Amino acid sequence: MAKLLDEKCCDRCWHSPGKPCPDLVACLAGVKSCHDSPECIEARQQEISMLRRDDVRRPTVFVGAGTCGLGAGAGKTLKTLRAYLAEKAIEADIVEVGCIGLCAAEPLVDIQMPGKPRVSFQKIKQDKIVQLMDEMLDGRVPQDMVLGQFRSDKLTAWDGVPMVDEHPFFAPQTRWVLANCGLIDPGSIDEYIARGGYRAFADSIRSTTPKDLCDVVEQSGLRGRGGGGFPTGRKWKFALNTPSDQKYLICNADEGDPGAFMDRAVIEGDPHRLLEGMAIAAYAMGASKAYVYIRAEYPLAIERLKQAIAQAKEYGLLGHNILDSGFSLEIIIKMGAGAFVCGEETALINSIEGKRGMPRPRPPFPAVQGLFGKPTIINNVETLSNLPPLISNGAEWFSAVGTANSKGTKVFALSGKVDRTGLVEVAMGTPIRQIVMDIGGGIPGGKKFKAVQIGGPSGGCIPTQHLDTEIDYESLKQVGAIMGSGGLVVMDEGTCMVDVAKFFMDFIQRESCGKCIPCREGTRRMLDILKRITRSRRNEAGLGALERFQGVMYLTRLAESIKDTSLCGLGQTAPSPVLSTLRWFRDEYEAHIFDRRCPSGVCKDLLHYRIDTVKCKGCTLCAKKCPADAIMGAPKSPHYIVPDKCISCGNCEEVCRFHAVVKE
Amino acid sequence: MVTIEVNNRKIQAKEGEMLLAALRRSGINVPTLCNMEGLFPSGACRMCVVEIDGQRGLTPSCAYPVQDGMKVKTHSPRAVRARKTIIELLLSNHPDDCLYCVRNRQCQLQGLAEELGVRQRRYTGDKNVYKMDTSSPSIVRDPDKCILCGKCVRMCEEVQGVSAIDFINRGSKAIVGTAFDEGLNVSSCINCGQCVMVCPTGALREQSYLKEVVDALDDPNRVVVVQHAPSVSVTLAEEFGIKPGSDIAGVMTAAFRQLGFDRVFDTGFAADLTIMEEGTELVGRIKNGGKLPMMTSCSPGWIKFVEEFYPDFIENLSSCKSPQQMMGAVIKSYFAEHEGIDPANIFSVSIMPCTAKKFEAQRPEMAHNGLADVDAVLTTRELARMIRMRGIDIGSLSAEGADTPFGERSTAGKIFGASGGVMEAALRSAHFLLTGKELEDLKIQQVRGLDGVKEMRIKVGGLELGAAVVSGLNNARKVLDQIRAGRTDLHFIEVMTCPGGCIAGGGQPLNTDLDAVRARMKTLYTIDRDEPVRTSHSNPSVQRLYKEYLGEPGGHKSHELLHTHYQKREVVV
Repeated sequence: MAKLLDEKCCDRCWHSPGKPCPDLVACLAGVKSCHDSPECIEARQQEISMLRRDDVRRPTVFVGAGTCGLGAGAGKTLKTLRAYLAEKAIEADIVEVGCIGLCAAEPLVDIQMPGKPRVSFQKIKQDKIVQLMDEMLDGRVPQDMVLGQFRSDKLTAWDGVPMVDEHPFFAPQTRWVLANCGLIDPGSIDEYIARGGYRAFADSIRSTTPKDLCDVVEQSGLRGRGGGGFPTGRKWKFALNTPSDQKYLICNADEGDPGAFMDRAVIEGDPHRLLEGMAIAAYAMGASKAYVYIRAEYPLAIERLKQAIAQAKEYGLLGHNILDSGFSLEIIIKMGAGAFVCGEETALINSIEGKRGMPRPRPPFPAVQGLFGKPTIINNVETLSNLPPLISNGAEWFSAVGTANSKGTKVFALSGKVDRTGLVEVAMGTPIRQIVMDIGGGIPGGKKFKAVQIGGPSGGCIPTQHLDTEIDYESLKQVGAIMGSGGLVVMDEGTCMVDVAKFFMDFIQRESCGKCIPCREGTRRMLDILKRITRSRRNEAGLGALERFQGVMYLTRLAESIKDTSLCGLGQTAPSPVLSTLRWFRDEYEAHIFDRRCPSGVCKDLLHYRIDTVKCKGCTLCAKKCPADAIMGAPKSPHYIVPDKCISCGNCEEVCRFHAVVKE
Repeated sequence: MVTIEVNNRKIQAKEGEMLLAALRRSGINVPTLCNMEGLFPSGACRMCVVEIDGQRGLTPSCAYPVQDGMKVKTHSPRAVRARKTIIELLLSNHPDDCLYCVRNRQCQLQGLAEELGVRQRRYTGDKNVYKMDTSSPSIVRDPDKCILCGKCVRMCEEVQGVSAIDFINRGSKAIVGTAFDEGLNVSSCINCGQCVMVCPTGALREQSYLKEVVDALDDPNRVVVVQHAPSVSVTLAEEFGIKPGSDIAGVMTAAFRQLGFDRVFDTGFAADLTIMEEGTELVGRIKNGGKLPMMTSCSPGWIKFVEEFYPDFIENLSSCKSPQQMMGAVIKSYFAEHEGIDPANIFSVSIMPCTAKKFEAQRPEMAHNGLADVDAVLTTRELARMIRMRGIDIGSLSAEGADTPFGERSTAGKIFGASGGVMEAALRSAHFLLTGKELEDLKIQQVRGLDGVKEMRIKVGGLELGAAVVSGLNNARKVLDQIRAGRTDLHFIEVMTCPGGCIAGGGQPLNTDLDAVRARMKTLYTIDRDEPVRTSHSNPSVQRLYKEYLGEPGGHKSHELLHTHYQKREVVV
């Protein structure tokens, strides 16, 4: 650890831990140097090249050990790998990296041999390690496991191994925020610096005014990636222009959408990028204290972040009088207890203040009166992580990518019924079709695409006819969805849209903070209505049928009122999944309501079973297995199901050897 | 001033004020269930939503500052439908038992359902069912009826500085509860009942002892004695639709007799007695170097507050029992002996503006020879209920006088009902005790009024005393923290738990506003101005009690009957 800082290339070097040189970053990055001797510069460049792993001196194995990799078995892979190297007494480096994004192919293991480019292998569970290592150490690339090799200008490529950047998952992506994820050691500040890290920040605090920084960000067109899409530079200016003795920056890492893991991956894979982004933002808005509000369910991300903060402090990149610029910044990690609503900025502020995570009315807006009553800016992890490349390359570079009103890139967590699930970063303006069909590889099992849910519980679904909608804040709104923070769930023909709406409604009504009435009581009643729609007649007693129709009649009225009156964004967008599915898949609702049938065969209560009397041989197996005694019939003659008794458990269908049980 | 357009009409508003305040001043009534005057808006109930030109959704007027030229529609179809939906949603999770509810016809939820014309159960589904919390001697919590407006929580935290209750759980499972959802009796609740006063529904109410009282009245073998607190006679009338500030002490006494009480005493007498004891104690502490500043002990919520949160100030509290308990003590001793009644046969009832008095009466310290000083405490509200229940028409009664020996009071004892009253009464008598002369002007303006903290310096003989009058316990916190931090210029502090004093106590008529409290206060001071006996030490009945029974203030007998002690209490904060 702290290699770069410890090493002095010559007598003129005077930096040391706790007393870093103000020109450290520029010097390390080879831009500015007080070391004019050629040997010195040469040594420095060599060191940087080594840190960038342009080439390696001994075999280096990279294991994707983010939460997703560990979940897929990377821990055991690592253990086996270590045992293998120890047993064979092979000198090799093991680097635990974050997630490169292709979660479907985890555990991912990359191997770089001296003089050769790095090769990536997929689905390397512990049982494959021996074969993989044997072959690689022998100079062969096992074709059945390979994902691709990384492009290199200097090294001779492996023959017959495809390039990673030509892989259909990676080729259409524009990786800015994820540039380092899965490639570098997230535990090493040196590697981040060697790849140009902290340059933007170091330059900014020594040569740019906060106002100019705000201007650059505003001109770049960067908008909040947490979902709201508010222009980031303009937001900063509110705080910058509010006089106060203390201002705060808060990084919102309380990622709570079901199926979203963008923030986690960035922090686990490249924590210094977030820290640098925060430092830039804090300087631009005039904050000397910053919080990272991160959910406690992300232990690895928290660990990485803690380590990164400690390193940055040691390098003098955080703390008092950073790089002799007069700017000071302290970053504090605040762990959230897993309440979805704490992603809402005023609830988040309450939570940091030690109060119950409930939203406050706005105005006053946090930028004017936020945390502890002081001007506070809250930015999302992805927004902040966009800043280092944005500031390095300038507003024009940034705004060259994207659409008229949405600039840059957007990270999505692609999940659901799609071949390649994972984390993807695409340029704004990329059609959703390309994300699902090309990057994601389409729907598995030859099934038909039905819709994507974008924006999590606050978002909406996009049906086939709008699959060519571009990723853009405004165009998504036009089809009843939102950009959201990056959840993208693909659904195929086997998905019931009423069931989807019910799932999100259930999530929201449980995660509502309970403060305002429309959200607390309204979402619960909406869920009740959806539950009734998906319930069978059998389970309907008394006035049940009437209530069921009454609910349907008032569903949209209730949804509109919740949208209109709720206190915070959670409530205001809570009805979106229902309204959106109702808009595009009304026929499915009608089938549930009028025909009491679930066209996708998902809503169990509405399934009906019948026995094909021609196919039935009268073996009596189904009758024996029926837990409700709903199947009648004499042995060796066709059986039949008494509909009133049937509980739709599906046991009969499972046990029938003659495929005589028909589900409809 | 700014001009805004509301419902196509131009109205004036103060710069920076919330829209709701401006609307109310202009006579436009927008309903709200969670707004609390003087506190930062919480924006929880969404009932006050209005349509503002240029805003996407509806906007809560309680939390939106006025802007010059803004155009507002307060009762557009969209806004009215939203309000109605909110009420319908609340009703969908509310026990439909209005006819059995203590707040029937006084419930804001019921009122709004009626106002908005809710005529059908549009939304149906499971209702939350919780256990009622009847553990407290003062307050009953019925979470089924709670609409989570949060007013009780804010009252308890922001006004009283106690935080005994807060929200628990999320979403539709959210409820208001105590720490670890234990009973209110073991929580840090000080029983002040201010939560009851702000509750819009029947979720919070006083623990009622009506049945015990009615049973005692029906028992021919018991002598049922009633005492009524100084503030009750100026608030009871409101329960019967008479305008705030009407004093009906005489009529109330007549009503007590009709209800069957054997003796009617005025707690104002005991207030005079308190002044004699407390004044003597103060003078003693000043002269003998006792613990200062001395703090009053009339308000039982405040006592428990000190025991829980500021135990280091227990010694500062006056050792005097409160007037209620002094009266209880002399009823079962002097009165019983005097009349030849077995004290065990006396059922002693007190009518109080207060729910904490119910707790106080049950404190183990408040008993003598195994008999509780006071057997049952009723609030002003419960008294009104009893009067209605017995079919007594208040309007047809003629005023009657209270009974001897404890029916006579000075006006000093009467003004105990308002914040500052104890201080004023005490200073009048302390001056006399120290100098042998009456104050030149008995009216001490500096300690009157509704301010949360009132301070003054007064010369008594050769001494200059620093006095502070505090009401509302968050204000008390401020003063106590100053003293902890080293402030030494105060000698005597009056603390009343409820903001404004007993006239705004937790047992007073519901749905009253600040104007009503002002009217009540005014009436108390009018009585003080107009009656002849204005100091406690000149109350002849008090003088007689000392002569015949107690001896002298602070004497042995007094200490046995009229003084008490306090204990540190552990709380979960």
